[in-house]
Amino acid sequence: MIDVRGLTALAVADGVRVGKWRARDVVEPYLDRIAQLDGALGCYLRVDADGARRQADAVDAACKGGRDPGPLAGIPLGIKDIFCTRGVETTCASKILRGFVPPYESTVTARLGAAGAVALGKLNMDEFAMGSSTENSAFQPTRNPWSPAHVPGGSSGGSAAAVAASLCAGATGTDTGGSIRQPAALCGVVGVKPTYGRVSRYGVIAFASSLDHPGPFGRTVEDAAALLEVMSGLDPLDATSIPQPVGGYRQAARSGREGLAGVRLGVPQEYFQPGMDPEVETAVRAAIDELARAGAQIVPVSLPHTKYAIATYYLICTAEASSNLARYDGVRYGHRAEQVRSLEELYTHTRGEGFGAEPKRRIMLGAYVLRAGYYEAYYGKALRARRKIADDFSAAFAACDAIVTPTSPVPAFKFGERTADPLAMYLADVYTVAPDLAGIPALSQPCGLTRAGLPIGLQTIGPALGEEICFRVAGAFEARTDWHTRLPPEPAL
Amino acid sequence: MARIGPQEVLELASLARLQLTTEEVARMTDDLAAILDYVDALRTLDTTDVEPMTHAVPFDCPLRVDRVAPSLSAEEALANAPRRTESFFEVPRIVPVAGAPEDDT
Amino acid sequence: MSVADYEVVIGLEVHVQLATRSKIFSWSSAAFGGEPNTHTDPVCLGLPGTLPVLNRAAVDSAVRLGLAAGCTIRRRCRFARKHFFYPDLPKGFQISQFDEPICDGGAIKFRLHGEPHEVALTRIHLEEDTGKNIHAAAGVSFVDYNRAGVPLCEIVSEPNIRSAEEAAEYVRAVRSLVRYLGIGDGNMEEGSLRCDANVSLRVRGAAAYGTKAEIKNMNSFKNVRDAIEHEVKRQATLLDRGERVAQETRLWDPARGVTQSMRSKESAHDYRYFPEPDLPPLVVTEQQLTDFRAALPELPEDRFARYTGPGGLTPQDAGVLIADHEIAGYFDAVVAAGAPPKRAANWVINEVLARVSHIPDLAFDNPGLEVGPSALAELINLIEDGTLSGKLAKDVFARMWTERRTAGDLVKAEGLAQVSDGAALEEICKRIVAAHPEEAARVQSSPKLIGFFVGAVMKETGGKGNPKAINDILKRLLGS
Ligand SMILES: [Mg+2]
Ligand SMILES: [Zn+2]
Repeated sequence: MIDVRGLTALAVADGVRVGKWRARDVVEPYLDRIAQLDGALGCYLRVDADGARRQADAVDAACKGGRDPGPLAGIPLGIKDIFCTRGVETTCASKILRGFVPPYESTVTARLGAAGAVALGKLNMDEFAMGSSTENSAFQPTRNPWSPAHVPGGSSGGSAAAVAASLCAGATGTDTGGSIRQPAALCGVVGVKPTYGRVSRYGVIAFASSLDHPGPFGRTVEDAAALLEVMSGLDPLDATSIPQPVGGYRQAARSGREGLAGVRLGVPQEYFQPGMDPEVETAVRAAIDELARAGAQIVPVSLPHTKYAIATYYLICTAEASSNLARYDGVRYGHRAEQVRSLEELYTHTRGEGFGAEPKRRIMLGAYVLRAGYYEAYYGKALRARRKIADDFSAAFAACDAIVTPTSPVPAFKFGERTADPLAMYLADVYTVAPDLAGIPALSQPCGLTRAGLPIGLQTIGPALGEEICFRVAGAFEARTDWHTRLPPEPAL
Repeated sequence: MARIGPQEVLELASLARLQLTTEEVARMTDDLAAILDYVDALRTLDTTDVEPMTHAVPFDCPLRVDRVAPSLSAEEALANAPRRTESFFEVPRIVPVAGAPEDDT
Repeated sequence: MSVADYEVVIGLEVHVQLATRSKIFSWSSAAFGGEPNTHTDPVCLGLPGTLPVLNRAAVDSAVRLGLAAGCTIRRRCRFARKHFFYPDLPKGFQISQFDEPICDGGAIKFRLHGEPHEVALTRIHLEEDTGKNIHAAAGVSFVDYNRAGVPLCEIVSEPNIRSAEEAAEYVRAVRSLVRYLGIGDGNMEEGSLRCDANVSLRVRGAAAYGTKAEIKNMNSFKNVRDAIEHEVKRQATLLDRGERVAQETRLWDPARGVTQSMRSKESAHDYRYFPEPDLPPLVVTEQQLTDFRAALPELPEDRFARYTGPGGLTPQDAGVLIADHEIAGYFDAVVAAGAPPKRAANWVINEVLARVSHIPDLAFDNPGLEVGPSALAELINLIEDGTLSGKLAKDVFARMWTERRTAGDLVKAEGLAQVSDGAALEEICKRIVAAHPEEAARVQSSPKLIGFFVGAVMKETGGKGNPKAINDILKRLLGS
């Protein structure tokens, strides 16, 4: 049996494509690992073993028949439970969607499947992607593979943890305020949030529509690049999907090995402020030195409106969330309260029972800021602040090609440490929200471990449609370091 | 700062059709007050003449061709319905009374 | 005070369903009716993760309507979400337009008491329709989402309408315009044209508006007039008594002839509008506007002017003909086939319209129509050239309609050509006069008796005698 621990996604696909092994031979050990180890980690909400075997067999049949099995042939992926999968229950980790089986497939998962990837099952997350620790899942906690007492980050905590623990070779996630990059950093894997609209949102359950960015998780920069290449592209089902051709992300990742001569990397002082964990700062500064040694020119840049980013983000995302979550009413799908005596009770009881604390909080705040008379002071103000934050980046990119920062000010925190205070949890996103507001691409990759053995993430931010420069910089760092080869300890059985 | 009280929280909950327990109302009141205090920081930011950024994409709305594709069957449409009667979704009887909008298009 | 002491202030919101093939934001059929929940797709059901994609045909329709109504078309407009909870609204919000509608201003033109009249518009915006709630018995209601996502244009008038009659005529004019443009069928009974009225009263001369009530559920022009008339009286009575008019929504009950309170608006709505993040701004180019403007059909009031020009039709006849573009088109085709306009108008109004139950059947390209425009023109021309008597012509038309034969064919086959042959008529007249000496003697003293002789001769000719020729001969023979 193939030892899949630490295997990269592209190694799997290359093996399948050259006939070194069959897709089915790769899927089985992953299913075995999940069966053995996921009880302790809680990454998966649902494993679709039959579906995975069927897809793997289809890939093998294509190979046998001499047909191209696709660039992602046989790569076993975990799918964040925010992506609708036809015929497979999709809950967004919320009680209110329990039992919902979509009659359609998200564009992302459809494209991944068409490229030969195999979906193993649906991954845990914060309910409706609202959170930074995956503690807000209505169903189960997900543990950080590096330390079971610590959270994996969130909201795509199941995705990051599953890739870190080799319970899949890659995964999908969504990033609204940092929900791909922050858990990637906390679990020591690569996570990419592309340019807004680069990856279709069709079939991705909406949290905050103008901020939701689907993207990939990989063990390596090139794995993530390969997944993103397939996920990206114009989708006629998403009116905000970008028509420009998709870049050569894998090529860009590989080109980083040649160094970064001629590349100007901006370092914003606003991202190195009090409150940052000293071990994180040390590791990130060392990483920046390494990038300089790779040939990059390091330039100081300023993003003066950074301090407004969290407030801006929470006003916009809660407003949009309160709207997007209005559809959960117990009429067409999902949870419905029993024994209601009126339409009014159908709504209030269904929603009161079905939503967890964080979605409720955001629905309430969103309703508050959108109310007539409050709109301009809150939502309208936030949209203007958003423009200023985006303009900061445009100005900075006049002086540099990419920006490097820490991904998270702190490494993984312990369960319960921040749940009592929603604001403290919101501040975990301080370095990740601004690129979401600006809609520009950003990538997190491992760049160190704390003394306690917890991963630290380096964030590379590019200009709009500048995914390639992010991959090139990340590829350069990966070529010169071995953080991406570190594996978390195997969970005790 | 008592900028939001339990009464307003209850009004919001009613607007958002959320049933909250007494404990939830108390907790929500505190949480919303703290968050609103935090976002107040934005007031110090001068946004005069700044165009609101409603979209992160710079392009215009794409349009689709007016073509009909196959509908879901009634069975598919109703497959996830918690309650149905024949080919209809079922809800508690709608009584058009105060507070209940009828055809508010 | 009486109703006459108050000024009536009415503003109308008319919702027009656009006759696109598919829905405004998704691909399922926008056709009316269908078995419940068979015209749906994941988008219009509001299933999680689905996204709207705007239908070009809906935009085109709105732009054409706006141009026809003289609106300013925004080169850049926006969609917004309007939030409320109701079972027929799948997403908990309606995608509509708020502060940046596609059309601003403009006016609907029509005639009131024969005089040209117009009602100014505030705006026209695009939005999606809701599904339908069916109020069943036994404590439950049912929901059918076939209608959810059908494109709507909401036409909002300024509060400048001053009477129930004006309101009804306004709605009729909107319907006419919509149908002229071919963007909708304007069927009030099926709900493809729906009207809500905001009605308030103020003492004549007062500057401030009174409190308004919103009236819904008026599904015919008559309902619009009756409901508003009733509401005006109701409010006048309240004000006379010194009572307050409540700001509320009232439903028109056509069976009982009253409006009834449905809900109070005060307790209700904060729609929490905000820009729809799933749809970037909609842009209409100058080129598109130029093209649409050039392709607009002749509009009802322009047609009216053409018909009533020098030597033209009476305003009454012209008004009937322009009410529907199919009627006007049919009339134009009859004239184009050579019939004199006034006669053509008479025939269309008195005979054709009396027989057609479904106006769209008059469409020029309807091969199934019983009597087409050129067939009617042929009939009219047979009368004009004296071949067919006016009296027989009506029977011929009736047979054309039922037997689907042409006038020429019927006249020839049935020998219906008018007898204008002087010698033959003279012979018959002489015979009739000879047979009735008493009456002939009295003609001098009672000239009306000539009619008796004409009738008798006509009977003898089987109705085919030329009445004018018979009259002349008889007058000569009887010396009257
Ligand atoms: Mg309205
Ligand atoms: Zn409307």
